[in-house]
Amino acid sequence: MLCQLSDRGPDSAGVAFYREPAPAGSCKVSLHSPSLEPHWDGIGAELERVFGGASAPRVRASHATFVIAAEAEDAQAWLSEHHPELTLMSAGRTIEIFKEAGLPTEFVHRFALDGIDGSHALGHTRMATESRVTTEHSHPFSTGLDLCLVHNGSLSNHNRLRRSLTREGIRFRTDCDSEVAAGYLTWRLREGATLEQALEGCLEDLDGFYTFAVGTADGFAVLRDPIACKPAVMAETDEWVAMASEYRAIAVLPGAEDATTWEPEPGRVYSWGTAAVL
Amino acid sequence: MATTDATRDALSFDLASDSVRELNQRLHDGSGGPVKVLNPGGKHAIAVGLDAPYEVEIDGHVGYYCAGMNKQATVRIRGNCGVGVAENMMSGTVIVEGSASQSAGATARGGLLVIHGDSSARCGISMKGADIVVQGSVGHLSAFMAQRGALLVCGDAGEALGDSLYEARLYVRGTVAGLGADCVEKEMREEHREQIADLLRRAGVDGVAASDFRRYGSARRLYNFHVDNLGSY
Repeated sequence: MLCQLSDRGPDSAGVAFYREPAPAGSCKVSLHSPSLEPHWDGIGAELERVFGGASAPRVRASHATFVIAAEAEDAQAWLSEHHPELTLMSAGRTIEIFKEAGLPTEFVHRFALDGIDGSHALGHTRMATESRVTTEHSHPFSTGLDLCLVHNGSLSNHNRLRRSLTREGIRFRTDCDSEVAAGYLTWRLREGATLEQALEGCLEDLDGFYTFAVGTADGFAVLRDPIACKPAVMAETDEWVAMASEYRAIAVLPGAEDATTWEPEPGRVYSWGTAAVL
Repeated sequence: MATTDATRDALSFDLASDSVRELNQRLHDGSGGPVKVLNPGGKHAIAVGLDAPYEVEIDGHVGYYCAGMNKQATVRIRGNCGVGVAENMMSGTVIVEGSASQSAGATARGGLLVIHGDSSARCGISMKGADIVVQGSVGHLSAFMAQRGALLVCGDAGEALGDSLYEARLYVRGTVAGLGADCVEKEMREEHREQIADLLRRAGVDGVAASDFRRYGSARRLYNFHVDNLGSY
């Protein structure tokens, strides 16, 4: 699917896979290292020593995932204090985020995405309009434990919103407008909103164009702004449900030609999995 | 490469292997006849710029701008289509058996566009003379700034129907979520019922009575700048 839409967003690509849940009491983190020779084994040994249990690193190109015998918040806090050179891409029990600047077709090859399986996944190809092309500016953006967001569009009130969210304690790594949407969802969920309420809040509080896809621990949700300048297509069979900017990304899925295919309505939250009842 | 399908005596293209450019070039170079297109796979710009009496049948879903700028040809899409199907059509007929995405028939100057499913936002935006028949419903801002032609909707219409409309005629059988600026409901006369019956017949839509429709058109208050209308511009 990513390769099909490589020409729509040739700058960068990213994926969030939901797979192989960490055991209860453990968490899983995805980390990116800017170093050409990251010492993942050393970091794994440190995590093992500090938390009394950590998996060997599972290295994928410039990223590595660890399963750590700790709460996600504790692991995140320790990593940001002791390894500020690493970027935490995702944390939770099932999510793994990989993303990088560069052509999506090369990304798929470099990260050997063909060989990954999981219950569901989100992907994004980026053509930057508002901010720089870097790995950190790439999508998906983590919006909390096992949550992430991809965005097509541009937000016009992101600077003001970033300032007010920063005052609420939400941290931002980039000047990218899409990260503000992710931060907004993080904040709303932290304040007790359901995912559906948080997405409906976007309709009020975000100004600009957007089609969002949000990944959750066992499902995903979709929202388009009420003007609906940005496209979206959904398709569903007995075997799978898929969403993309264009049908040609879905066309490569098995049985796509017989899938029920439709365009999600503007300003309406769609959700699958327990995202529907969160 | 294109092959000739002996049973149908049609030119046949399989877009799993043939390129869209190859298909379009061949159709630009030819002078009409039956054409079969297989495995469109949501690709963009299939069968655009035709100017000969072709009968094109596309088996599956297509991407953006399918049958754009069409002249003379009849293009039938056995599936859904992406943004801008039959955009700027000049003449001929485009039939979508599934649903259409946004801006179907945008700026179309002539011909007939039939959508048997739904058509999403901005259907018939800035249409300039085409006839558009939608068997299902249309999304918001349909017939935005439409100048000429007719949009017939057998289902419902979304918000801001006919916003800033010029002289196109809009007919809706179901509910209208809201009328756009300067769009008003108008009286149905015999000539309008005749036009509806003609559109339904040409589109091959049965079981729908011309008397079930309401007509909407321009109140003509925004044609020229008037300081009293400042709030509406």
